[in-house]
Amino acid sequence: MVIECKHVWTHISGYLDGTLSPEVLSLVQEHLEHCEICSAILDSTRNILVLTADDRVFELPLGFSERLHARLDEEIKRISPAPPIPPGD
Amino acid sequence: MASSPELREEKHLIASILAGETHLFHDLIRPYERSVYVMALSFLHNEADAEDATQEALLKAYRNLASFRAESKFGTWLISIALNEARSRIRSKKVLATESLDIGVEEPGHVSPALLRDWHEIPSQALERQEVRLMLQEALSALPQSYREVVLLRDVEEMNTNDAAEILNISVTALKVRLHRARTMLQKDLAPKLKQLNPKRRWFQWL
Repeated sequence: MVIECKHVWTHISGYLDGTLSPEVLSLVQEHLEHCEICSAILDSTRNILVLTADDRVFELPLGFSERLHARLDEEIKRISPAPPIPPGD
Repeated sequence: MASSPELREEKHLIASILAGETHLFHDLIRPYERSVYVMALSFLHNEADAEDATQEALLKAYRNLASFRAESKFGTWLISIALNEARSRIRSKKVLATESLDIGVEEPGHVSPALLRDWHEIPSQALERQEVRLMLQEALSALPQSYREVVLLRDVEEMNTNDAAEILNISVTALKVRLHRARTMLQKDLAPKLKQLNPKRRWFQWL
């Protein structure tokens, strides 16, 4: 059985997550072997997701952590979190 | 996200904080402060607002720590608080009114990828260039909110499918559909732009 490009596109996300069933996976792989368009779509999507997940995309502002912990410290010194609710509540 | 030994450590920390060792809260949230900030920034599009939202979300987490249930993961709980904080700020800024792309998000829509032959890997070193970082930030920001949320949780925070679905209060199936569309949208938006990084690269794309 042969599947069309459009069908392959619907499986790209599942392919990247490794969640395709063995049957679908083998159809997709077979298609990818001879279709340079779908292979490029898969490779570019994978590449883009790797870049997106990189910590460098979102840099923390200078002094972010210091300001955050200073503000938390004020609150921590001011109050204690409410006591735990007893089990069975 | 935290692994098993870290989870045990977290439970221990939480118990100690609730027992009065409140200063330990700093250690508890340190591994997550970046995630919370990224979540806020991608919603609020402004560093100062995102920083303030991060502080507020973590303060809320502190005040409500006793309501945290040990059967869920602390990281998941914390990101939920951050997500709610970011969403409520968007509502109060009425930014949602401009998010017209959200309309019909649940409709069975069709999203096609950018067609190309041949992909020349863009190495992570490209992120040293600010234009590339901005390109990625803008592509994420341009996604409809419900799509942006799934990409952030699954692909940026690298959270598993079940945890992400729990945070967003949607089914795993709905999450997978949104994620697939969001990833396709990112590819469609970014692949042609990334191609411009090096004009010597061979690309063939047709419309």
